[in-house]
Amino acid sequence: MTRTDLPEVDAAAAAPVAGVPARTGAPLRRLARRLRRGSVVHRRRLRRVGRRLAARGVRAWRSSLQVRIGAITMVVAGTVVVIVSLVLFSQIRDQLLRVKRQAAIDQAQAGVFYAQTQVAGIATGDAASVRSTLDRTVQQLVQRGGAAGDFDVGMVYRTGDIERVATSPRLVFAALPGDLRADVRSGGQSYRYALMPDTAGRPVPTLLIGAPVPDDSAGSQQIELYYAFPLDQEAESLSLIRGTVIISGIALTLFVVGIGVLVTRLVVDPVRRAAGTAQLLAEGQLEQRMTVRGEDDLARLATSFNAMADSLQRQITQLEGLSQLQQRFTSDVSHELRTPLTTVQMAADVLHGAREDFPPHVARSAELLRAELDRFEALLTDLLEISRYDAGAAVLDPDPADLGALVARVVAGMYALAGRHECELVVNRPDGGVMAEVDARRVERILRNLIGNAIEHGAGRPVEITLAANRSAAAVTVRDLGVGLSSAEAQHVFDRFWRADPSRVRTVGGSGLGLSISLEDARLHGGWLQVWGQPGAGAQFRLTLPLVAGGDLTSSPLPLRPAVVRRAGDPR
Amino acid sequence: MGAVPPTAPQNGPSRGRVLVVDDDAALAEMLGIVLRREGYEPAFVSDGNRAVGVFQQTRPDLVLLDLMLPGRNGLQICQDIRTQSTVPIVMLTAKGDTIDVVQGLEAGADDYVTKPFKPVELVARVRAQLRRGETGQAENLSIGEVQIDVPAHQVIRDGVQIALTPLEFDLLVALARKPRQVFTRELLLEQVWGYRHAADTRLVNVHVQRLRAKVERDPEKPEVVLTVRGVGYKAGPP
Repeated sequence: MTRTDLPEVDAAAAAPVAGVPARTGAPLRRLARRLRRGSVVHRRRLRRVGRRLAARGVRAWRSSLQVRIGAITMVVAGTVVVIVSLVLFSQIRDQLLRVKRQAAIDQAQAGVFYAQTQVAGIATGDAASVRSTLDRTVQQLVQRGGAAGDFDVGMVYRTGDIERVATSPRLVFAALPGDLRADVRSGGQSYRYALMPDTAGRPVPTLLIGAPVPDDSAGSQQIELYYAFPLDQEAESLSLIRGTVIISGIALTLFVVGIGVLVTRLVVDPVRRAAGTAQLLAEGQLEQRMTVRGEDDLARLATSFNAMADSLQRQITQLEGLSQLQQRFTSDVSHELRTPLTTVQMAADVLHGAREDFPPHVARSAELLRAELDRFEALLTDLLEISRYDAGAAVLDPDPADLGALVARVVAGMYALAGRHECELVVNRPDGGVMAEVDARRVERILRNLIGNAIEHGAGRPVEITLAANRSAAAVTVRDLGVGLSSAEAQHVFDRFWRADPSRVRTVGGSGLGLSISLEDARLHGGWLQVWGQPGAGAQFRLTLPLVAGGDLTSSPLPLRPAVVRRAGDPR
Repeated sequence: MGAVPPTAPQNGPSRGRVLVVDDDAALAEMLGIVLRREGYEPAFVSDGNRAVGVFQQTRPDLVLLDLMLPGRNGLQICQDIRTQSTVPIVMLTAKGDTIDVVQGLEAGADDYVTKPFKPVELVARVRAQLRRGETGQAENLSIGEVQIDVPAHQVIRDGVQIALTPLEFDLLVALARKPRQVFTRELLLEQVWGYRHAADTRLVNVHVQRLRAKVERDPEKPEVVLTVRGVGYKAGPP
């Protein structure tokens, strides 16, 4: 519909152009263009409205069972009603017409007999007597009447090329269909339905019957008799019946749809109530229950729903209790373990400070004691941190901070480790600061972890740290060019105590919990921590954080897969 | 190890008296050893209920306070000491969690050390707190309507003296000395608390709040210590 009528406008504009000089053609073309533009705008608006309505319809169809059932019932009931109406209507019409036709044919035959008696010997008369005979016969035939109701009569007397016609006043003889006349002329009785003009010239559906009047006298003359039965009464009855059938069909359809919607409502309403209650439960209002009415299936639904809610509430309460217990346990363990560890660590430190006064094996023991205590402490710290996450006790403490400065700070703190691995740290960050609401302590911890890992696994090759931001998110990638990760390994990288290669020498001395904690830290921000790796091509970790605390992430400003190793045709 | 004698104090006068409030005997003894080695004179109290009484008797130059104590809660002791004295208080805490640390700082502690800590760490904190109050030359500063007499350790607003703890005083002076500079929290940690590497910026936040509560007319609309969003703090116009 949208494009096809464009050429029409073109044609309308082009037609005059063809016949007139070019100078007058230009304004016409302009006009055509304006018309076209107007219609395009209008059409666009229509299309937009149409699309919006369609979208709303689709949404209603998807979201409401009632709409769906209503629509389906409407289609099915509508189809049935239309078919039944059509059949019914055509039967009534056929029956009506058959009765009428039978009566009409009977009357026409009687008319033929009567006319036969009247026109006997007409051939001998002159033109005036023929005319008067025909007029009289027609008149008498009209007066005779019959069972087929109102009618008109026409007679034709033909000798050679000359036709003499006599009709009752209303019949317009010239309007008789030619094929009917041809049938009659060839000697057979025939009927037709046709539109005949009435006295006012309006077409009226009419049953036409034509028959030759047998003539005893041998001659070339021929007499034809035509009956016209106007069907306007039948048409009126049929239109009345049609109206009744349509109205009752629509009423019936609406009635059925109404019943469908009502029944659905009876079923859907409790389901909707259940859905509403379930939603409230999901939002944490655990004391929400459904009201139980009667003993039918819906009441059973409500009863079992409530039973489910009861059990849910019980379990959640129990879990909450356990979680609180765990939290207290974490806190207690924290204190109980840390105090003696502090004492031991201080003692080890004092011993370590005085190791030059000890014999060599005691001195070495003091060194080992202190080094291992450091590892023990790191492990304990990480364990407590992860158990804090497990207990759900970790709280985000967001504050606006410049991520650029934060990255620089973390990188500055990693130079010592990087120096030990003879590894270069390359930082790419935007010139302006990247302000984000983050928990700086946690983000620093994530970055320390990622950079530390990259240095440890980077095989002495440069580690690249990139910061970028878009309107809603900031991302930091840490890229190393070490041995890399297989995709199977990448899946486990965030697992607790997982190691890529168990036989590997550990130099950073991590607890094996670093990346698990980093992942939790990122999640606490509503952010992502993802890894890409390829054996032999190194690995890249990407941290994506929303710029506003609690904001939703839809995309990251940096690709997860580094550009250099991106395969051709690979979208990401 | 039972018969190891406490390390003898170093020669010369004591560098300061430190009251250790801790219920763990081993830790308290170990703290004593480390403090004595560094030339401080430790005193001990293990019962929270007696802590304030012992504090009044010993008049220490610094308090090392364990937050979890039998009897009275460490936070309460901290508040009680603060009502009587501006002595520097360093908390020993087993929890690095936001709420515990912030509660301790709000109760009046100047700094904190999270267990487990190394002797160096502890000594650095103690030393940084005791270094306060070393008077420089005559210097008068002002921010907004607040006058600061640096050598006399006096802060005056509308002719009325405001009592600040040494730490709050140092914080205010640091800001007032460079009125145009915006101080990041990290810079303040370095200049006021003496941290050489990045530390917990909550220290700064809490102490700025406490300072504002004392020197501002309306702490909700600060005129003396201004926040520079996303960066840090700066002094208000003189």
